[in-house]
Amino acid sequence: MKSLCIIAIKEIQEGLRNRWVLATTLLLLALSLTLSFLGSAPTGNVGVRALDVVIVSLSSLSIFLLPLIALLISYDAIVGEVDRGTMLLLLSYPVARWQVLLGKFCGHLAILAFATILGYGATAAALALTGTPIGADSWMAFAQLIGSSILLGAVFVAIGYLVSAHVQDRGTAGGIAIGIWLLLVLLYDMAILGFLVVDQGRTLSADMLNVLLLLNPTDTYRMFNLAGSAGVSSLSGMAGIAEVQTLQPPVLLGMLAVWILLPLAAATTIFSRREL
Amino acid sequence: MNNTVEIDNVSKRYGRIEAVRSVSFSLPAGETVALVGHNGAGKTTLIKLMLGLIHPSEGMVKILGEHPAAGEFAARRRLGYLPENVSFNAALTGRELLAFYARLKGEAPAQAMALLDRVGLAAAAGRRVGTYSKGMRQRLGLAQALIGAPALLLLDEPTTGLDPALRQSFYEIVQELRDRGATVVLSSHALTELEERTDRVVIMNRGLMVANGSLDALRRIARLPTRIRLHLTGGRPAQMPGWLESAGTWHPVNGHVIELDALPEQKMDLLRQAIHADHALEDIEVVPPTLDELYAHFLRSQGDAR
Ligand SMILES: Nc1ncnc2c1ncn2[C@@H]1O[C@H](COP(=O)(O)OP(=O)(O)O)[C@@H](O)[C@H]1O
Ligand SMILES: [Mg+2]
Repeated sequence: MKSLCIIAIKEIQEGLRNRWVLATTLLLLALSLTLSFLGSAPTGNVGVRALDVVIVSLSSLSIFLLPLIALLISYDAIVGEVDRGTMLLLLSYPVARWQVLLGKFCGHLAILAFATILGYGATAAALALTGTPIGADSWMAFAQLIGSSILLGAVFVAIGYLVSAHVQDRGTAGGIAIGIWLLLVLLYDMAILGFLVVDQGRTLSADMLNVLLLLNPTDTYRMFNLAGSAGVSSLSGMAGIAEVQTLQPPVLLGMLAVWILLPLAAATTIFSRREL
Repeated sequence: MNNTVEIDNVSKRYGRIEAVRSVSFSLPAGETVALVGHNGAGKTTLIKLMLGLIHPSEGMVKILGEHPAAGEFAARRRLGYLPENVSFNAALTGRELLAFYARLKGEAPAQAMALLDRVGLAAAAGRRVGTYSKGMRQRLGLAQALIGAPALLLLDEPTTGLDPALRQSFYEIVQELRDRGATVVLSSHALTELEERTDRVVIMNRGLMVANGSLDALRRIARLPTRIRLHLTGGRPAQMPGWLESAGTWHPVNGHVIELDALPEQKMDLLRQAIHADHALEDIEVVPPTLDELYAHFLRSQGDAR
């Protein structure tokens, strides 16, 4: 446990030093402020639902951006250190490989969580400061957005490690990471949409669609945030889906947890067997 | 029984490459050991096997009473390692990195800072390691290897990239560790500078261990001639004394120096005769076979055996 913390702290220290923390926080902050204030302008005064509008924009932003940031931080974590030779020295110390991996995971997750909480939180704070009234369930939904966004980040950090533990050089790791991002964030949904249009509901039942959406962590995240609370779902156009949806928030969160644990366990196993 | 390192019939294959072939040796506590061999002989592979960074294809490795291949790593607390081509994360400072490594070993970071001084990095401690020269990184590498007064030090080509003055202080540090009872393994292909600093020499060639013993023992086995140089006053006489003719091979080096190659059992006899001979001797030099020569000899004899 102690070794794990030492490695996590070093990872954070490095993140601060090479500006990862700063860049990520500023990026999330700038984009979320822009999206929120530009986004609410055309709608006019939306009253108590102002924060709900922000949640809809921010969750769409997160789906694109957080997986990308998480993969960029993580794809290099193992293969990069092996390549540079720093892993050789680290593993000659009294630490187990799973401790190295989990320590890095905690460090990277802390960086992502910090950036998300600060970036998104500032937007909510700005909204509250401009005098917009915000209902209690909107605050609740917003807290859920931040929490689930961190989980989404964690999913892609874990996936990035799996890639990083498996491949032999950094270029390959980067390529595969981008491929995974394209697949899970863009292509998967496009393929499902395309199929739905062609299929016209003949073969694909609502249950099967649910399963398909559950299999992709970004869709799981989307369902959790856009259909999770009544206020948000009526805005997001997910109301129709929310009525029939049988997937409860705990199931969705559980699915995200599975998406974190499985790649992380696989990455640990592969890394433990790796020779360097 | 009290061996720090035990290597028993260990082989390591990388696909079709046999990096280490059926090597066995054990190192008692407190010995300073030179692991010598040309590039690709298997030195680094042996060291990685001792660290458990790679697993032997066959055989057993035991370090400080532990089996690193089975994932046991508590003994690494008492082990220091300096990799060949050591590298560090460039974003952190020397002090931060050393503190990190000290914590991992369960040592107080404040104590480790004295090591920066010891290797002459105190002035650069607050600078990012990315700005360090090769020699400075090597010194930081040595400092981290020394954290926690290790019982076993594995130093892979430690003096490459160090200038002569630093090499000297490096060997002083090794001497200190040796006095404290640590086992020190130095791998190198620069042989001459290891000479006389080691209790044992392990010679590797293409994955095979071709020799293992003290320098003296290896000299005895190799039966390489000792060179005796006689400096004569007043130049070389026209008629060489009779005993020289029987001594076997000798040749003039210049006008007043001649050199004899003496086999181990002849050496004392020849020296006695040289001293009692009637011509005027100014000086006698006795040069035992160097590590370089021994090394070359063992490589040659291995070649003959196959
Ligand atoms: N990871 C590896 N994969 C394949 N071959 C390797 C690997 N590491 C070392 N070798 C090979 O094993 C042999 C011994 O290498 P090494 O132990 O590094 O030699 P040395 O340190 O004595 O120069 C060399 O032929 C080298 O090419
Ligand atoms: Mg080597």
